[in-house]
Amino acid sequence: MAEAHPVGFQWVVEAKKRGAEIIHVDPRFTRTSALAHTYVPVRAGADIVFLGGVINYILSNELDFREYVLAYTNASMLVSEDFQDTEDLDGLFSGYDPEKNVYDQTTWQYQGQQHTAQDAGDAAEDRETASGLEQESHGPPIPADVPRDPTLRDPRCVYQVLKRHYARYTPEVVEQVCGVPPEKFLKVCEAWTRNSGRERTTALVYSVGWTQHSVGVQYIRTGAIIQLLLGNMGRPGGGVMALRGHASIQGSTDIPTLFNLLPGYLPMPVAGTHDSFRQWVDSIRHPDQKGFWANAESYAVSLLKAYFGDAATAENDWGFDWLPKLTGDHGTYQQVLDMIDGKIKGYFLLGQNPAVGSAHGKAQRLGMANLDWLVVRDLFMIESAEFWKNGPEVATGELVPEECRTEVFVVPAASHVEKEGTFTQTQRMLQWREKAVEPPGDCRSELWFFYHLGRMVKERLASSQDPRDRGLQALTWDYPLYGERHDEPSGEDVLKEINGYDVATGAPVPGFTALKADGSTACGCWIYAGVYKDGVNQAARRKPGAEQDWVAREWGWVWPADRRTLYNRASADPDGRPWSERKKYVWWDPDAGEAGEWTGYDVPDFEKTKPPSYRPPEGATGVAAISGDDAFIMQGDGKGWLYAPSGLIDGPLPTHYESVESPVRNPLYRQQANPTRKLYDRTDNLVNPSPPEEHAEVFPFIFSTSRLTEHHTAGGMSRQLAYLSELQPAMFVEVSPELAALRGLDHLGWATIVTARSAIEARVLVTDRLTPLRIDGRTVHQVWLPYHFGFSGLVTGDAANDLIGITLDPNVLIQESKVGTCDMRPGRRPEGPELLPFLAGYRRRAGLDPGHHTPMLTPPED
Amino acid sequence: MPSNSLYGPLDPAPDAGYTDAPPRMGFFTDTSVCIGCKACEVACKEWNGVPDDGFNLLGMSYDNTGGLTANSWRHVAFIEQPRASSGAGTDTPGAFAGTPAGPSASAHSAVVAASAGQDTGTDPGVPPAVDALAAAGTVAPPGPQFLGMPGHDLPGRIPDAPRTDFRWLMMSNVCKHCTHAGCLDVCPTGALFRTEFGTVVVQEDICNGCGYCIPACPYGVIDQRQGDGRAWKCTMCYDRIGDGLTPACAKACPTESIQYGELSELRERAATRVAALHEQGVGEARLYGHDENDGVGGDGAFFLLLDEPEVYGLPPDPVVPTKNLPAMWRRAGLAALTMAAAVVVAAAGRRR
Amino acid sequence: MGVRTWIEGWPVYRQLTGTDPLGRGAAAQSPRSKALTARTGTADSVARSVCPYCAVGCGQRVYVSDGQVTQIEGDPDSPISRGRLCPKGSASKSLVTSDRRVTEVLYRRPYGTDWERLDLDTAMDMIADRVLAARDAGWDPRHNRTLGISSLGGATLDNEENYLIKKLFTAMGAIQIENQARI
Repeated sequence: MAEAHPVGFQWVVEAKKRGAEIIHVDPRFTRTSALAHTYVPVRAGADIVFLGGVINYILSNELDFREYVLAYTNASMLVSEDFQDTEDLDGLFSGYDPEKNVYDQTTWQYQGQQHTAQDAGDAAEDRETASGLEQESHGPPIPADVPRDPTLRDPRCVYQVLKRHYARYTPEVVEQVCGVPPEKFLKVCEAWTRNSGRERTTALVYSVGWTQHSVGVQYIRTGAIIQLLLGNMGRPGGGVMALRGHASIQGSTDIPTLFNLLPGYLPMPVAGTHDSFRQWVDSIRHPDQKGFWANAESYAVSLLKAYFGDAATAENDWGFDWLPKLTGDHGTYQQVLDMIDGKIKGYFLLGQNPAVGSAHGKAQRLGMANLDWLVVRDLFMIESAEFWKNGPEVATGELVPEECRTEVFVVPAASHVEKEGTFTQTQRMLQWREKAVEPPGDCRSELWFFYHLGRMVKERLASSQDPRDRGLQALTWDYPLYGERHDEPSGEDVLKEINGYDVATGAPVPGFTALKADGSTACGCWIYAGVYKDGVNQAARRKPGAEQDWVAREWGWVWPADRRTLYNRASADPDGRPWSERKKYVWWDPDAGEAGEWTGYDVPDFEKTKPPSYRPPEGATGVAAISGDDAFIMQGDGKGWLYAPSGLIDGPLPTHYESVESPVRNPLYRQQANPTRKLYDRTDNLVNPSPPEEHAEVFPFIFSTSRLTEHHTAGGMSRQLAYLSELQPAMFVEVSPELAALRGLDHLGWATIVTARSAIEARVLVTDRLTPLRIDGRTVHQVWLPYHFGFSGLVTGDAANDLIGITLDPNVLIQESKVGTCDMRPGRRPEGPELLPFLAGYRRRAGLDPGHHTPMLTPPED
Repeated sequence: MPSNSLYGPLDPAPDAGYTDAPPRMGFFTDTSVCIGCKACEVACKEWNGVPDDGFNLLGMSYDNTGGLTANSWRHVAFIEQPRASSGAGTDTPGAFAGTPAGPSASAHSAVVAASAGQDTGTDPGVPPAVDALAAAGTVAPPGPQFLGMPGHDLPGRIPDAPRTDFRWLMMSNVCKHCTHAGCLDVCPTGALFRTEFGTVVVQEDICNGCGYCIPACPYGVIDQRQGDGRAWKCTMCYDRIGDGLTPACAKACPTESIQYGELSELRERAATRVAALHEQGVGEARLYGHDENDGVGGDGAFFLLLDEPEVYGLPPDPVVPTKNLPAMWRRAGLAALTMAAAVVVAAAGRRR
Repeated sequence: MGVRTWIEGWPVYRQLTGTDPLGRGAAAQSPRSKALTARTGTADSVARSVCPYCAVGCGQRVYVSDGQVTQIEGDPDSPISRGRLCPKGSASKSLVTSDRRVTEVLYRRPYGTDWERLDLDTAMDMIADRVLAARDAGWDPRHNRTLGISSLGGATLDNEENYLIKKLFTAMGAIQIENQARI
């Protein structure tokens, strides 16, 4: 956190001064570790064992916050008798389909709910469209009569299932798998549990060190289980905090530039599943479902009204048929492989530098070299614009400029001070930026670029009779223009459309509860409804923090409905009283309003006048079905899920799988790696062998990559600036003194790092901050690389992402780039064409011949 | 003019002729909360338009600035130590306990780093890898012994034992704005002057690049910029503080490691912080440069350190070189008089 | 400037007649030093902004004089950042004022070996033509979509920009729209 989010870290430092205990778990000692009370070195890729060990500690010692767990989680619900655990099936849950490599989830359901489950075909489609997680919030309805055991003693209740599942995750196993000594591990367990409960809360902070794994979603779920067991969710000082890495990466998920989503987490329609408007909407809202997704039809209709205006009518299903339909995986990595295969003609890069910043740099560059055209929108000349000129493949001869047909347009972009608009930061807060100056020369905002591109495309198709152009023709695009050149749309006008408005009067809607399914409202992103409440740009609110209380509600605007902490109903007990005076946040005031109201420091994440005692009548659905103590109002059953009966491709409970490339045999199960991971089994995307496969010893070391404080992602905004470049001027690799001795690496000398994909060179930093670990009885070495460097800029170096292959988490299609295996050699890598035979030699020794396939399912060992 | 104007406790602004001087302003840098982000270095350069220092990988942990130069007025030192303090408040005891870690490499790395040359575009630039040598001084090297390094076996540091404890010290260094500033005292042109805030500033419109100030600084801070010739260093953002603003480095500092304010108030705050750390068991916490009775009359920019000053590349007992100036002047005057007398005697003798 | 003022402005005169006989303070202060003020105080305008690097969302104040950004520093009013910035945020002025920024359209023709200049209008026309051609080439009538167009980016763009991007591409039938959040 101190490394990549230094200003956010001020709150950790302040908490520390006030007595908070800080623990940092990381494969290497970082600037965050330097200020922690306890630093725990851990093997990259073993987090579920570490966290599972904490769960085991909590459950075996009954240290969970029992009242909270009983009221707000699904601990008491009974799971199907047919469910079998990885502990029973050596690393697989019941329902595994070895053909499709996914699960039929029938047996994972609560008792009596099996009919609602996803079969293996559904699950396979969910994996391809990264929509598994939609099932968690849009998930099947949970009727009031799910069998429960409030004593938590029934062997089929979630609590007991959880307890059995993690029983083997003992301190000794944590030591064996993670390399963490038991005393140290127990110290963490004690601190975590001691600082949780009624009077105290613990915050869990993670970043892409968790997401970029083939089991990444399950890492985060393991953390969430702990936080639910300890009663840390929805409470001040608690939570699971995702530190996101880009100014508006949260916004780009909310208003997605993502293939599988429409604004507000509405799914892109999938052919065969969402062939009609009704099918699409019902799959989101589930007519019998509890919670706020039940109103999904209002959100969906309002979005289509915002897109297509008057042309969207009830008769034409609001223009639903104009939406394109998905058929499978269209994620960024699939796209790159499709580029290599010549299936994609044109590519826009909008402030993104995949030649350096995406996994498998070589695939990225070769993909771009096989396009008709590429448009790069950036502030500086980045590697992704120059791959045809200076890229590593030009040096090896794999790419010859005179033979590369890709037409490249670099259309310079406006900077953040040269345009107005909102960023959504990591805590879902929208903050408005004022425009300070005009952009120089040809630099233009994305608002300008896409407005005019849309205008020109619409003009060219204005008289088309082709039905496929109907949607474009109907698209509302009449944005007023402003500015010195009278050609710039206003960000505020677009924000008003995002907020939503009454179609008849144009008046902004006050919030998403005002949206209608009858076409009388339009709204570009339902979760942002309210950001322009009362005709005021709420994101531009800037009442000084010093003049407000600690929640500072008059600064910016947080979705949904300006709630600063999600699920904050859980900060009060089931009866609506604060769990403790010290930790009071939102509570029920029986004397407020007509018959009591929720009140507190934050906007209550609950219906304002629904009393804690409310119980839904028989047959209630939607919002009315949310009970007065259902704190998790977006969940199909109103509960925090310790066990996920649906929603996850790879299992209802997090289970330790080794990373796709690991020098270690999975000590817990026969199954080595995630059996549902997304694999692209191609000769240009080789995977280093891992046990029990032969030749794993060719790549004996673990490497991980991440950021330095002094640089930003692929370097486009930092390696171009002298004041940042001088602070970290060269690509380097951090190695422990032990590995340096083992491989003859000299401090400040060169090292070559090799994987099946590529070899890169880096200067060596021998540092005590890295340590070998003892894993399963042997010494395992880890090295670390920053991923900021590339071949353009004031300071240059080989790109760490060239080392990484493409294997993805099955739930969200994010690549495993936080852990891989490699070899290390002293000295510089071979240059030019010499690099290719060098790599071929490694592949041969590793057994990665043509015809080699990485096994998905680990075969039984003799 | 007070007799101790060149040594000992003093409020420097009134001494330098400011009749209604505002309170003396200063920096208190609390290294116990420094996260080594280097925001101070960048914020300083952005505000003051200081050139970059060249793109050199120094291998001195995460320090690629090397030291304070004409082109780096803030410098964050990084010291990797295979040790822990007695308390748990500022480091991570047992960081590597239970791992198959061997002895520390930090001393060896530091020696390698020290021999890595660099061109900072300044003169003399970074004193020869002062921080690296300091780091080397904190532990014995694992391999062949290197000679000539001071204090490689400081008490309490065990060479060759597997490392278990570890800490990573970081400190943002800066011009000390001494009460008795050698640079100022030797400046023949009046380019260096004492401001009404008690700070010491080089006036770029006056400096003629004579370089006298450079050996006069007991901390090795002031430095000449190549191709320009003039001396440059921290001004404590004289233009900003005159408008009541906080200097750029302190303004940016994410964790309030760099604090700016009235020196008297900062000294109180620092004393409170040291006491708090001592209470948490961090016995090593100590102040540096706060003492008005030290060799420079106390610093306008002082520090809370977690180890000996040498470890951070700071001189343990800095003394302003002009301390003995009055005595030297007296002796020089006496010598001159003697010479003159001799000449007179000689001349008189010839007449005779 | 009269002779008298000129003489009184002479440091030695000030030194000999003033309160600073050693000439180390008030007497040595140059007219330039005396006149120094913070350039933020004389800015023509100040824009309230947000740092463009990580997702913490630190407040920035952007100071502008004569149409140029002269300083970017932390906004002390922000309850998120309280006026502080990291090294990247502190380098924001360099980011926006750098002379390394690309400020004109550059074009590399197929099989070309170097960049060429292109004016913005021409480039936009060419891009619009190519977008329609790629849409056509990759059209999949069964699913009302095109597989001819890809896009990657958006995590440092404004919500309003992402909104228009997704809206336009979706209406166009382009589905292969992704950003850093997948990475």
